[in-house]
Amino acid sequence: MGAQKKRAAAAAAAARVSEDPDDLARQPLQAILLADSFTTKFRPITLERPKVLLPLVNVPMINYTLAWLEAAGVAEVFVFCCAHSKQVIDYLENSEWFSQPNFTVKTIESHNIISAGDALRLIYEQNVIHGDFVLISGDTVSNMSLTQALQEHKERKKKDNNAVMTMIIKKSKPSPITRQSRLGTDELFMAIDPNTKQLLYYEDKADHSKGTICLDKMLLAENPSISLHNDKQDCYIDICSPEVLSLFTDNFDYQHLRRHFVKGLLLDDIMGYKIFTHEIHSSYAARIDNYRSYDIVSKDIIQRWTYPYVPDVKFCGNRATKLERRGICFTAFNSEIEQSRSAQVGSFTVIGYGTKIGSNSKISDSVIGEGCTIGSNVLIEGSYIWDNVIIEDGCELRHVIVCDGVIMKAGAVLKPGVVLSFKVVIGERFVVPAYSKVSLLQQPTVHDSDEELEYADNSSGTVEFSSIQGTADQSNGEMTSESSEAHKPKLGTGGVGYIWSICEGGQEEEWRHSVAPIPEDKLTELSEAMDDDQELVTQDRTALSTSGELISDSNASEGDDNEDSKDDSVYFEKEVEATFLRAVEENVKVDHVILEVNSLRLSYNMTSADCAGAVFYSMMKLAIKTPHSSASELQQNTANIITTWQKLLKSYLLEIDEEIEIILKFEEMCLESAKEFSPLFARILHILYDKDILQEDAILRWADEKEGADESDKVFVRQSEKFIQWLREASEEED
Amino acid sequence: MPDTQALVMTFLTSLKNATARQTAELLRSVISQQRVPYTNQAGALIDAVKAVGEQLIAANPVELAVGNIVRRVLHIIREEDLSLTTAAIGELNLSAVSDDENDDDRDGNTTLSAAAVAAAARSTLRPPSLQTLLEDTPVSAAVPQTSSSGAADKSSRSRKLKHDVIEAVNELIQDIVTCHEQIAEQAVEHIHQNEVILTLGSSRTVSEFLFAAKEKKRSFRVFVAEGAPRYQGHLLAKELVARGLQTTLITDSAVFAMISRVNMVIVGAHAVMANGGVIAPVGMNLVALAAQKHAVPFVVLAGSHKLCPLYPHNPEVLLNELRSPSELLDFGEFSDCMDFGSGSGSPLLHVVNPAFDYVPPKLVSLFITDAGGHNPSYMYRLIADYYSADDLVVQRRAIAGN
Repeated sequence: MGAQKKRAAAAAAAARVSEDPDDLARQPLQAILLADSFTTKFRPITLERPKVLLPLVNVPMINYTLAWLEAAGVAEVFVFCCAHSKQVIDYLENSEWFSQPNFTVKTIESHNIISAGDALRLIYEQNVIHGDFVLISGDTVSNMSLTQALQEHKERKKKDNNAVMTMIIKKSKPSPITRQSRLGTDELFMAIDPNTKQLLYYEDKADHSKGTICLDKMLLAENPSISLHNDKQDCYIDICSPEVLSLFTDNFDYQHLRRHFVKGLLLDDIMGYKIFTHEIHSSYAARIDNYRSYDIVSKDIIQRWTYPYVPDVKFCGNRATKLERRGICFTAFNSEIEQSRSAQVGSFTVIGYGTKIGSNSKISDSVIGEGCTIGSNVLIEGSYIWDNVIIEDGCELRHVIVCDGVIMKAGAVLKPGVVLSFKVVIGERFVVPAYSKVSLLQQPTVHDSDEELEYADNSSGTVEFSSIQGTADQSNGEMTSESSEAHKPKLGTGGVGYIWSICEGGQEEEWRHSVAPIPEDKLTELSEAMDDDQELVTQDRTALSTSGELISDSNASEGDDNEDSKDDSVYFEKEVEATFLRAVEENVKVDHVILEVNSLRLSYNMTSADCAGAVFYSMMKLAIKTPHSSASELQQNTANIITTWQKLLKSYLLEIDEEIEIILKFEEMCLESAKEFSPLFARILHILYDKDILQEDAILRWADEKEGADESDKVFVRQSEKFIQWLREASEEED
Repeated sequence: MPDTQALVMTFLTSLKNATARQTAELLRSVISQQRVPYTNQAGALIDAVKAVGEQLIAANPVELAVGNIVRRVLHIIREEDLSLTTAAIGELNLSAVSDDENDDDRDGNTTLSAAAVAAAARSTLRPPSLQTLLEDTPVSAAVPQTSSSGAADKSSRSRKLKHDVIEAVNELIQDIVTCHEQIAEQAVEHIHQNEVILTLGSSRTVSEFLFAAKEKKRSFRVFVAEGAPRYQGHLLAKELVARGLQTTLITDSAVFAMISRVNMVIVGAHAVMANGGVIAPVGMNLVALAAQKHAVPFVVLAGSHKLCPLYPHNPEVLLNELRSPSELLDFGEFSDCMDFGSGSGSPLLHVVNPAFDYVPPKLVSLFITDAGGHNPSYMYRLIADYYSADDLVVQRRAIAGN
């Protein structure tokens, strides 16, 4: 009995720890259990019952947490109740937890608390925590042994008084396609010092569209080695020193345990508080954060990863069940069920006490609660059906959650991802669309699309609840009478309940966090999108390099590839043009523009001829863009621009070759992109000559080169024939 | 009985270490705290023990030893009561139908005919035999009658009964404590010079047995199969080497290759069933089959508290326990195989980690208990010595009737 020994060892070790004379933590280990997650992810169910009391494989979640705390050697637990505190306290009072020897459970109740931070501040004020404590929320399932983590924590604390918290992490690979963990939470990036296990960086909201995460350079400067993980799962089990509570009190704006507290401590280098991690390997720990993790953790429990907290081993609050072999896999059964001979109950299924299953029904991968009645020809696949549900003949349920007391009339169909809250009635042959949430309560009108609002919203939720409760009670009466008219169109004949409109994040988010597996088409869509993303990223990189902020792209420096170099020159031209236009608009000094263009030239490995061409091209482009009514006006504009920017152009005209390049470029422009210039070719050439941009040698050489060309190419030579003639004569005269 | 209730609660919480001895000690305190009425003392004691025993068994049904001890204690109560009654019968003329109204609360057998009562009384007085085991005696009828005796010596008798029972339970506890030594005493008779012994996993009984043989200056070699997935064989190998025994560690899968060099297989057991079948750590059946193939004696060591009066086909018996898959593989490495978030949602990878194997009686050559060596076919006889047929089902009427 390994686990037994482990427990015994844990108990013994706990005893040893407390016996340690110089240890200040002589008193028994304490724990704070937050029986409220301060989020709204389980709505609409959590409007009627607190999350910690929702059944997880037929046992309320809080029992897993408490059973684990007890086994891990915790002596005193403070259960902090907020939303539906009465229900939680009532449940605990009637459970076995209050009568355990060596394990005390105390409740702390408060109604105006809206976040974990507030809760911890309140507990600090009550002054009940005296030593190190375990901070956990009531929706965590684990079977780990705390001994080692606790000991490490205490030893660190002895050496370094600033080591205030040890966070439990576990390896779990995120999906590369959806960028979320198994449990449906966002991919988590952590930087950990491999030697000291100190947590250096924590980011669960990385922006994947960017494809980058940012680390502070100081991290690298201060720590010689850092291991960066994205395959670690945060178990939300923290071993804290009492300082944590006072830290929360000091920083009254800390609300969220991770987002504010952990990140706050990591960023704050004045106080120098440190957080460490403890990785667990063979044991299990996970927190139920959303419907997807509800599904996954349930399956992990059925697959016995959480042993000994499994359906057929008795721990507090579950009835004895028996495993039966179905095929090669196992199914947990209660001995007191009525099952028709022709019903097929498949593997990985748990069926609760007193449930009846009709003939020819098929059930697989599902959890069915106590006292349910399932008709014949019903198909149930991957679903969670709670207590006292009535499912009439011919219904189909795939990957759904059905709460207590729901009635499904004959032939009703639930599409994947549906959540039916308490006592909803689905009419005959009604098909509930995928991902919809149905409740007897109307959707609260406060829409909280922003996650930050969760806190605020939750407070209103708790206040609002009492009123809703009242109306619900009334409306329950009304509903049964009126519902036939009022809700007929909504949930079929005889249906009772409201379909909540999907608000938060829209459909996009629904499939991520629902109980249903991610549909195939979504996955392919995503993986395609990811491929696109990657392309985008590579494009981005070239785009980045064109902006010249990065050192030259390898493509450009190789330069052999014609395609690439052509591309490059196009990019280069565009860049130069952009730079030039900006210079014109912002009145940048000519010298600065020259600098910028030079840097571009270096990064693209261009010759000064290219630069000259590009600059000239940009100037001409600008001229043509400046509003003008006639050719003469255009000529005037061009002349102005050339006068203003001649210094820029001249800095690249070191030799005759560059000047010829300009003429060729101009010619090309006149032929292709800027035909307006073609009649003005000769005149502009003249202007350029006047401004000393072009020397007569260059023009003559150009004319000579064009001698042998085709007639079509000679258009501009002929146009400027007079000018050339004049130049020739002038030069002869000089001679 | 609020005091005992608290004790039971403590026990249930520490139930994971529920050993036979602790069960016996708990039941002893239950008995000593039980207030005995003037009539039907044995019945009251049995009821009290049954009530507690039921909780204990339900709490961890796979730990058969707990149930065994509960039944042993019940048997002890019956035995002691019987010896007292036989003594009393000599003095008094037994009137069989005297205190019927006292039994109303228990089973409502007021309508029992005199003949049935007489038969029951007879069966109570008879020593346990194969016939009593098979006979379909009305379970309830056996006990209540025993209380029907004169009022004169009742108080002294009640004290005596309780006293005797506690004495007997103390003996039982002593037996459990010393069972390793008693088994180990027989080691020299079984292990001979220069033999090669094979064992699987680790069992305290086996290691004591081997040490005892070593202390008697026997020189022999031990092959230890490591006992995946918990690898307790590694620990055993360490202990053996510390005692100076020549040890060879092999994988479980190498057992068949090595068995031809082995003279005897000695293993421990989780439980021995009434038919002589053995519930033992996983992998044992493989070893037993290999031993049979090569005609190597397969010896099972088991303290008498491991003898279970139930048959393995009995629905009461939980034969196996599926343990956490994390003993087999690392969750983190395989977490992508268990992503239920995509595809059909049903897991493709399923890891099964059973704790026990069942070895049928025909594969076992010899059982060595603290009472000596026995053939598998003799097990039923031992069980008849230790248990009453009435106690095989430790469940109160009300529940059994539903």
